Amino acid sequence: MRTEDLIKALDADARDEAMPMDRAWWLAVGVAMAIAAMVFFATIGPRPDIMPAMHTMRFMSKFVFTLTLAASAFALIRALSMPGASTRRATAWMIAAPLLVVLAVVLELFVVPEADWGKRLIGSNMMICMSFIPLIGIGPLAIFLGMLRYGAPTRPVLAGAVAGLLAGGLAATFYAAHCFDDSPLFVATWYTVAIAFLTALGALGGRFFVRW
Amino acid sequence: MTGKDEAELSRLLRAAIAGDERAYADFLHGIAALVRGFVRRKIVQGGVDPEDVVQETLLAIHVKRHTWRPDAPVLPWVYAIARFKLIDAFRRRGRRIEVEIDEIAETFAEPEAETVSERDINRALDGLPPAQRSVVASISVDGHSIGETASKLGISETAVRVSLHRGLAAIAKRFGRTAT
Repeated sequence: MRTEDLIKALDADARDEAMPMDRAWWLAVGVAMAIAAMVFFATIGPRPDIMPAMHTMRFMSKFVFTLTLAASAFALIRALSMPGASTRRATAWMIAAPLLVVLAVVLELFVVPEADWGKRLIGSNMMICMSFIPLIGIGPLAIFLGMLRYGAPTRPVLAGAVAGLLAGGLAATFYAAHCFDDSPLFVATWYTVAIAFLTALGALGGRFFVRW
Repeated sequence: MTGKDEAELSRLLRAAIAGDERAYADFLHGIAALVRGFVRRKIVQGGVDPEDVVQETLLAIHVKRHTWRPDAPVLPWVYAIARFKLIDAFRRRGRRIEVEIDEIAETFAEPEAETVSERDINRALDGLPPAQRSVVASISVDGHSIGETASKLGISETAVRVSLHRGLAAIAKRFGRTAT
């Protein structure tokens, strides 16, 4: 087939328009949040003392970390899914969440006596943390990988990893409302392990599933 | 000259998205010529047919045109897709190449005319289900309109549009993935 002939066929198919990428991403995030919420409330749910907990700095700081991660990953994955879009600024913003966590860890080490560091780090339910963040995040991750397929990422493995970070940020936001371990020492360790697992899964998905 | 291409091509694509089919054909012709120039300069050793990459890029641009933001420049988007498809073509043939990103931004691709040879796209077309294949071939190779194709094949225009759309999507997906 000559290129000239191919253009005739593409031109005849011009009328069929797909949903613009930006709108599709917002829709995908909405659906992903609904799925994460369903899994969360059907399984562990929020902790019973959530109202008083909301008045403590440590509890609220967890949401600052996870929402910062989710917001920065969302901006980056949108850019990565559109060829030629600049990713520089969105990439720079990815440092924000880790930076906040490091800052909080340093503060915590100052405030808490050394004897308590181990206790705060181990916490009371790290196994639940490491199993429920991936469990809540797996549905959103599948949706985001599907979105990458719908888009056109020129770096599929990286985009898949960012999909894992976004899913991890969302899942950790829900999980944080359940978890009793509010110390930044706990969050910096076990949340990171759980989110890293989703990130690795996302990168694998990007490698083998995101073809276009 | 790149500035003029940019303004003209993004105007054409915006018009095409608004429903102007003439503008879409003009856009695709302009893109084909630019991408051809770009690809030919990048392929210095044999093994990869430049026109295959041109056609694969056109297909990708078509099925992924919702990934272009109407307020963004169109050429970086086009060249990012062309570069991705070029690297993909080399990878399939077991070659590794590096195409620097910065180089793309300053590319002054000269429009070039097509040369004819055996095409990956023919293999992809042959792999389609018969109904889709006859619709795609009728519109592309035979140059019939959607209406003419419908009456020739004895099916509705809607059915022609659906088969064309699915056929092109399938070709874009399996382009070059068939045994070579």
